[in-house]
Amino acid sequence: MSTGISDTLVLAKRNFLRIARAPDLLLAFTVQPIMFVLLFAYVFGGAIETGGQSYINFLIPGILVQTMAFGGFVTAMGIAEDLRKGLVDRFRSLPMSRSAVLAGRTLSDIVTNAISITVMLVVGVIIGFGFESPFLHVVAGILLLLLFGYAFSWVFAFIGLTSSSPEAAQSLGFIVIFPLTFVSSAFVPPETMPGALQWFAEWNPFSITVNAIRALFIGDPAGNTVWGAVAWSIGIAAVFGVLAVAKYKRAVVR
Amino acid sequence: MSGEAAIEAQGLVKSYGDVRALDGVDLSAPSGTVLGLLGPNGAGKTTAVRILTTLLPADGGSARVAGLDVGTQAQELRQRIGLAGQYAAVDENLTGLENLQMVGQLYHLPKGEPKARAAELLERFDLAEAGGRLVRTYSGGMRRRLDLAAALVARPPVLFLDEPTTGLDPRSRIGLWETIEGRVADGTTVLLTTQYLDEADRLADRISVIDHGRVIAEGTSDELKDQVGGEALEVTLEAAGDAEAAIAALDGFCSAPPERDGVVLRVPVAERKGTIAHAVQRLNDADIGIDDISMRRPTLDDVFLNLTGHAAEEAEEGEG
Repeated sequence: MSTGISDTLVLAKRNFLRIARAPDLLLAFTVQPIMFVLLFAYVFGGAIETGGQSYINFLIPGILVQTMAFGGFVTAMGIAEDLRKGLVDRFRSLPMSRSAVLAGRTLSDIVTNAISITVMLVVGVIIGFGFESPFLHVVAGILLLLLFGYAFSWVFAFIGLTSSSPEAAQSLGFIVIFPLTFVSSAFVPPETMPGALQWFAEWNPFSITVNAIRALFIGDPAGNTVWGAVAWSIGIAAVFGVLAVAKYKRAVVR
Repeated sequence: MSGEAAIEAQGLVKSYGDVRALDGVDLSAPSGTVLGLLGPNGAGKTTAVRILTTLLPADGGSARVAGLDVGTQAQELRQRIGLAGQYAAVDENLTGLENLQMVGQLYHLPKGEPKARAAELLERFDLAEAGGRLVRTYSGGMRRRLDLAAALVARPPVLFLDEPTTGLDPRSRIGLWETIEGRVADGTTVLLTTQYLDEADRLADRISVIDHGRVIAEGTSDELKDQVGGEALEVTLEAAGDAEAAIAALDGFCSAPPERDGVVLRVPVAERKGTIAHAVQRLNDADIGIDDISMRRPTLDDVFLNLTGHAAEEAEEGEG
């Protein structure tokens, strides 16, 4: 067990060094979220009716959750790259923990996701976002965002192991996750959608998580959404964690 | 360990769908020797290496490496093997030093050891100066050397090298060969796959020739060459039209029917001594001009052509 943790840290460190040395990757965690916040706030903001809530307060929780969902794409690309270069073969021939390569990747995603959250909240506050809840709720909301992002890192780990190239991994991830984020309560109230989409949007784990963040950040009525969101995140992490590690054990060079 | 085989495989079978990549392969390498696995692309060499390095479970058969079963004792076995694959499996965004250090940490070497070992290996592989640079600035030869160094980090008693010199320039190849020879001199057992016959000839104590997932010949380089035949006289004629006359003139030397390929005649001979002088005289007497004449011992190329050539003929007969 202790070797499992130290192996994971060794590999997480490797990923940080990579980000530090290919800083263009950092654009994805900083500039891209800022772009999304500004585009949605100023292009759609005026047209979307959010029932008394200012659109920027409605938007920030949604866009934070969307950004967390995509934060793991680096994991997918990195794993697909490691497979192609034969590094996964090397790691699998070493007496190291079987899950450390994936755990190291997903662990470093937490740090980059934290950077994204910080950048987006700062930009959000500058253009008018305001917390309307106790400090501890805000902290809980940030932890929930990181948990949700961590769960999707495991989805991306699985995608990376299933794709034929880093490029394919990226576009597969996009195709799978993009519609999920849009058919949700992230950007517009689901009541405006046609029947089937509305039903889907209400049960979509994205909506549940977005609603939970709204409850924790701007004091929307919470109901069971916070625990529902935690349960979804843990469930997704558990299912895709098991799938990804099983896939890794049988991984082959392409 | 002396005397015991460091690598021992019996009846290895592996299929991918309908394709039988390995069809009952036996391999054996005594401790401290080099076993060459020679075969064309797709013969099953890499599959065999992947099974022996615990990356792939076999469908059938059994294998022990360093005294451990590759199936049931995989995790212990991984402490005792090093693998350098067909790809230089190093991280481009780390320095050479960081790559080796990371591998040392993942072998769980004692604290401090990974760094010391990394520095030592960089020195030995002529990478000391480049050790602080990112690997993405390295040449192909430097990457391969680093990859091989990574396989040696834990001083494994058994080393697997899967086509270690494919794609390297001649100078880098020879450098890598010398390194491998150095490891073997220190007692390491090596399994080397290659499609280069000169590589197998130079490095391997014993060679298993593998084709279509089967071992089709096994022995030392000399034993394999003897299977093809003894020495031959190779004559390059000035004019192809003289071939018949030349064969007639050399008739007394032949220990087997001569072969002809354009202006080149290959005459198997029983006796080396004095053959060239004698042959030149006879050809001169017959007024046949020659460009070149030499004695030639069969190479592994001949062995390989001979072995796989037979297979090709059988296949053609089967179709016809």
